[in-house]
Amino acid sequence: MSTADIIKRCEALYEDLHFSASREWKAADPGRKVIGYMPVYVPVELIHAAGMLPLGIMGGGDQMEVIHGDAYYQSYICRIPRSTIELGIAKRLDFVDGMLFPSICDVIRNLSGMWKLMFPDTYVRYIDVPQNYKDDIGGLFYQQEMRELLEGLEELSGRKVSDDDLRNSIKVYNENRALIREIYKQRSAEPWKIPTAELYLLARAGMVLPVEEHSDMLREYLEAVAIEDKPKRDNCRVIINGSFCEQPPLNLIKSIEMSGCYIVDDDYIQVNRWLKEDVPTDINPFQALASAFLHHSADTAAKYAETEEDVGKQLLESIRENRAEGVIFAAPSFCDPALLWRPMLADKISEHNVPYISFKYAENSGQMAPIREQAGTFADSIKLWS
Amino acid sequence: MSNQAQTEVIKEPSMIMQKELIASNYDALTSSGETGKKVVSTFVPGNLNELIRCFDLVNNLPEINAINNGMRKKSGGMIMDAEKSGHSEDVCTYVKSDIGMMSQGNIAPNGKPMPRPDVLLLSYTGCYTFMKWFELLRHEYHCPTLMLQVPYQGDGKITRNMVEYVVKQLKEVVIPGLEEVSGVKFDIDRLREMMKRSAQAEDDLVWVLESAKHKPSPIDAYFGAVYYMGPIFTAFRGTQQAVDYYKVLRKEIQARIDKGQGPITPEGEQTDQRYRLVVEGPPNWTSFREFWKLFYDEGAVVVASTYSKVGGLYDQGFRHSPDNPLESLAEYCLGCYTNNNMPQRVDLIEQYMNEYEADGFLTNSIKSCNSFAAGELLMMREIEKRTGKPGAFIETDLVDPRYFSHANVKNRLESYFQMIEQRRGGSKPIAA
Repeated sequence: MSTADIIKRCEALYEDLHFSASREWKAADPGRKVIGYMPVYVPVELIHAAGMLPLGIMGGGDQMEVIHGDAYYQSYICRIPRSTIELGIAKRLDFVDGMLFPSICDVIRNLSGMWKLMFPDTYVRYIDVPQNYKDDIGGLFYQQEMRELLEGLEELSGRKVSDDDLRNSIKVYNENRALIREIYKQRSAEPWKIPTAELYLLARAGMVLPVEEHSDMLREYLEAVAIEDKPKRDNCRVIINGSFCEQPPLNLIKSIEMSGCYIVDDDYIQVNRWLKEDVPTDINPFQALASAFLHHSADTAAKYAETEEDVGKQLLESIRENRAEGVIFAAPSFCDPALLWRPMLADKISEHNVPYISFKYAENSGQMAPIREQAGTFADSIKLWS
Repeated sequence: MSNQAQTEVIKEPSMIMQKELIASNYDALTSSGETGKKVVSTFVPGNLNELIRCFDLVNNLPEINAINNGMRKKSGGMIMDAEKSGHSEDVCTYVKSDIGMMSQGNIAPNGKPMPRPDVLLLSYTGCYTFMKWFELLRHEYHCPTLMLQVPYQGDGKITRNMVEYVVKQLKEVVIPGLEEVSGVKFDIDRLREMMKRSAQAEDDLVWVLESAKHKPSPIDAYFGAVYYMGPIFTAFRGTQQAVDYYKVLRKEIQARIDKGQGPITPEGEQTDQRYRLVVEGPPNWTSFREFWKLFYDEGAVVVASTYSKVGGLYDQGFRHSPDNPLESLAEYCLGCYTNNNMPQRVDLIEQYMNEYEADGFLTNSIKSCNSFAAGELLMMREIEKRTGKPGAFIETDLVDPRYFSHANVKNRLESYFQMIEQRRGGSKPIAA
């Protein structure tokens, strides 16, 4: 299969806001359950171990008209909760048995309670993650939170989950994350061969497919990309930061690339890269997942930076490792985490003379000309003066 | 409202006492250089004032600074300064007011410069923004930061795991950190003594807030309550001064009840109480008096509010307990209003609507406070559905004057009061 064929399927999955692939998975066996989750991270291994399908809900994008969802939010609140409510009210999530709302910001936090009020028959859980990174404090708290989540999932599925089930799921997700890391690595090495719009669609496919099927797809893509060639452009190398929750429209990613930038790292679809190293399978699985979260997880604004030195540390490492020439801070409008964090990150990278630009978007932003102009000017300035 | 024209703001003895208390804390802060006292910055909801006082630290609350700057019409310029330095127009205006205040010399209301904090105590309770706010302050001050994560009541209950997590952080992070900064050894008996006094003051505060069940209500439980909250939500919970203040306040309100009097507004006693309201959300601070006037001029009195519970849901039974001080502090932090999930918040408001015999439910939705605002439209629908009483929705901001539109708020309120009249089956008298 060619990369084009694979990406064509991914695009179809991305555009399908009825989530047909996940519905089909569920329909194949009457006992199957589907658990939706919102960005940025939930321990998907637990859902998998309970025999359920984790379904990443990334909002409604730019293809869905939000009619009901706007009636639930004031104008100054971001778009993703509106379109998620729209998905719920329009019965596009009527096959979903549970919804998980991770600790990302006050809007998503409150959405968890709204979901309880609006969809009382659905299992709903707010996923609190530790902001204390000591194993015997935040780690123990998080282990117990995961145990409580698993109890809820077991009750829903009617299936008891053993430690071995969990270890097996950890192994399956380790494989998936390793494949994603490999594609990111190859994209950074030869960004002309793996356009970010393609990588993004591949990652999005992982939100709706069973993880095993997604891993097969990633392997096929890696095989296909190895034998295909694409022309190399004289683009500059940039990192996208701030897009970890509400996702940009695909056209925005394409516009950045078309304006002369190779995206060599990003924070889109964090869930499948959140744990940056393999999670051990030879220890207690709750301890393993907690430890991975505390010590080897991605850095986003939704996490507490324990020291001033930790602020922007991963971004600076990424700039160095990916030989990035600039950073594009692209945050959703009204995104408190990203927008509050941005001035600190901007200061940090300025200390290292890394240029940056900033803009805001919404998942349904339609006008790409200003983005192309801004990103194009940024690319030109890097090429001419950096 | 008294027809007598008032030129001077009417103040009750408790208001003067409250003002003096808040001023004394600013004096303690700005004189810390001379007194050698160490300064801790922390937040209002879930604050650990009793613990802070165990270490002889002076308590600085950036939210209170922002409110002060808002009420003194200084916050607008501060916010614009912060935006000029790269802070987004979309984010919390308390944060930007604080950042702008620093850039303008960090001058306290007493005209003297605020000290640099010796430690930031990040009590992360019920508001995501707190976390980034103190990261921004740490970025500026490069001082030690102690993080106390307070888990959210996602399932509408406080679990054993949550309490243990908070207690463990108190024991292993917060207390050792405060000992190190202050040089004072932690004394749990000292904490117990303060928590005894906290509970005494809390009893009287609850009595005051519940006095609004009387008809006429002797208090305004939103605009008036923000003054009543002052000592207990800021630097005085656990002190004898707070105990004394709430005793004076209680006496004052008992006297009003005895005389059948209404609340004292800046223009005198409010005698017209045609509309009893429950209000959700913080007030606007930049036009606080004008905002209040829009209510009392129309005969609206607030009988219960959620904002007055942001620093503790004492009316639901919580009291600081000297018997298990650390567990009690944990339960206090976990129980603050914005740490409750949406169904809990709706249940609480429904309870207020019934117990306080309210005519309507009003939301003042704050542009820069997602912790309160996200979901308020659904809450309003739920309350209307459950109580059959009309709800209304107005939008302002905390301390950004650009988001307070007097005419819009006035129009909405007037229409709302007409709606209440229509629901009653009568018609509203036309103003002369």
